[in-house]
Amino acid sequence: MAESNIDRGVRALRDRKKHYSIFSLARQARNYHQGWQQAWRHAEPKAEYDAIIIGGGGHGLATAYYLASVHNMTNIAVIEKGWLGGGNTGRNTTIIRSNYLWDESASIYEHAMKLWEGLAQDLNFNIMFSQRGVLTIAHSEHELKEMSRRVHAIRLNGIDSDILSPEEIKKFVPIMNMDQNIRYPVMGGFLQKRGGTARHDAVAWGYARAADDMGVDIIQNCEVTGLRRQGRRIVGVETTKGLIKSRKVGCVVAGHSSILADMAGIRMPIASRPLQALVSEPIKPILDTVIMSNAVHMYISQSDKGEMVLGAGVDKYNSYAQRGSFPVPEHMLAAAVELFPVLSRLRMLRHWGGIVDTCPDASPIISRTDIDGLYFNCGWGTGGFKATPGSGHVFADLIANDRPNDIAAPYALSRFETGLLIDEHGAAGVAH
Amino acid sequence: MLEIKCPYCGLRDEEEFGCGGEAHIARPLADNPISDKDFADYLFYRDNPKGLFLERWRHSAGCRRWFNVARDTVSHQILEVYPMGAKPSTKAGRAAYEASWRRQSPAEAAARNIPQKTRKTSTSKR
Ligand SMILES: Cc1cc2nc3c(=O)[nH]c(=O)nc-3n(C[C@H](O)[C@H](O)[C@H](O)COP(=O)(O)OP(=O)(O)OC[C@H]3O[C@@H](n4cnc5c(N)ncnc54)[C@H](O)[C@@H]3O)c2cc1C
Ligand SMILES: [Zn+2]
Repeated sequence: MAESNIDRGVRALRDRKKHYSIFSLARQARNYHQGWQQAWRHAEPKAEYDAIIIGGGGHGLATAYYLASVHNMTNIAVIEKGWLGGGNTGRNTTIIRSNYLWDESASIYEHAMKLWEGLAQDLNFNIMFSQRGVLTIAHSEHELKEMSRRVHAIRLNGIDSDILSPEEIKKFVPIMNMDQNIRYPVMGGFLQKRGGTARHDAVAWGYARAADDMGVDIIQNCEVTGLRRQGRRIVGVETTKGLIKSRKVGCVVAGHSSILADMAGIRMPIASRPLQALVSEPIKPILDTVIMSNAVHMYISQSDKGEMVLGAGVDKYNSYAQRGSFPVPEHMLAAAVELFPVLSRLRMLRHWGGIVDTCPDASPIISRTDIDGLYFNCGWGTGGFKATPGSGHVFADLIANDRPNDIAAPYALSRFETGLLIDEHGAAGVAH
Repeated sequence: MLEIKCPYCGLRDEEEFGCGGEAHIARPLADNPISDKDFADYLFYRDNPKGLFLERWRHSAGCRRWFNVARDTVSHQILEVYPMGAKPSTKAGRAAYEASWRRQSPAEAAARNIPQKTRKTSTSKR
């Protein structure tokens, strides 16, 4: 039935009320902020959906959003065992960049970067995307040479990338220790000016709110415990809230991908490892960019609240406990204090780990499986936050059309049989 | 921090060790016909259980020798440490060994079949 004028008017009014803007902020301020509505509904599962996304992290929520907004699939659900963004999405150090070596990587990370640049407007949500630049530093002659090779490759792909000399670094980051007689002397670096950070929780919330607005059911506190198959075809998921039917299921569960694969009787080339980060007490602004060092596995930025955000390298053994081993942050902090002596008396307020899904070639898996209708998006490991919009966008396309587009195609599971790996290990060192 | 009991040096801090990932992966031998898909099992696919995991460790900053460890990936508790070439001796360790999909993988079957094959050819009078 066609929508009547009155219905349309009511909907427009409701939408306007829901729309976030400076005016809605002022309006709410007048009412002591009593009138804000829930950003998304607490949906209970229906018996059946056209598609189910397992995992309410950034990638799962982005997938749902693009399924609804690009492919008009609105009878879909996102199923999350905990709370939205409680996995790696809410645990990462939020570095965004697209300066990867290989063409396949450049194409997906740059796709994401372009989406980031308009995302706050698309979602009508302040994701605090800040293109403050990402500077990767080199500590040896060899690293510097490898870096310039990478910079040229990145530029050939049309992605911004500049080599900085120690003098330029000194000017760009005054608090960095440029003494050449330290354990990790800074011999140069390369900068992606369009790189930066975004508020991780806001990314999850923004996608959730926008997807919910189009009718997507977001079901939290609901764990998938089994995948229901009929022969070689997926027909539904078993959950702590009962069986939910669907002939298309996308798994976006990061560190738990092997567990979900096991439920379907398939396997993944993935090892689940803790990755750790820390934040300090808030201080006055001292760092207005992001610094990464691959050699010492250290990356640092300052949040808008003033906390110093520090990330370490990945732990050396498999774990599903969201805490890491102590020597890893200790090693990172030793290098951080040497590079930034100003940090030495800072107190750390919080320290945590997230379970990341590491892949043999340090590139993700965006793929169909041997089970019809079952798709996996995983293997982002230590560096998938930056890809969130791009990953969701191409994965939605894969699920809707049951074939990968050009960006997603190289990331099929079959690469582990053909040998067409996208080896970003040597290229990127750590891939945050 | 884990404390790991090196079978040769005794109890040491985790920092002295390197972890080599999943244990008991048999290498398919060259003269065994095996598909690319099955070879990928050997090369890239890994057991990644939430619970007891059988893995290889090396005392890299000590005696530099390899050995096996049965460790829980949720509690991090180490159930047993046993030498290379041996199988786990605890009940749970043995069960984890038998339950691993790898015991059924064609790659491992190929590795296991080779001695039988050579035995066969030497006794048959072909
Ligand atoms: C400390 C740390 C620092 C990082 N730093 C960066 C960085 O600076 N830049 C960058 O680009 N990347 C970084 N990353 C990586 C990045 O966080 C991840 O690659 C990315 O967030 C993955 O998003 P996701 O949506 O796939 O996974 P997640 O956010 O982990 O979402 C997966 C969800 O699936 C749910 N789930 C699991 N099992 C089930 C089940 N059975 N049923 C229902 N739901 C289930 C989980 O609860 C979880 O919420 C970092 C990661 C960590 C841990
Ligand atoms: Zn030893």
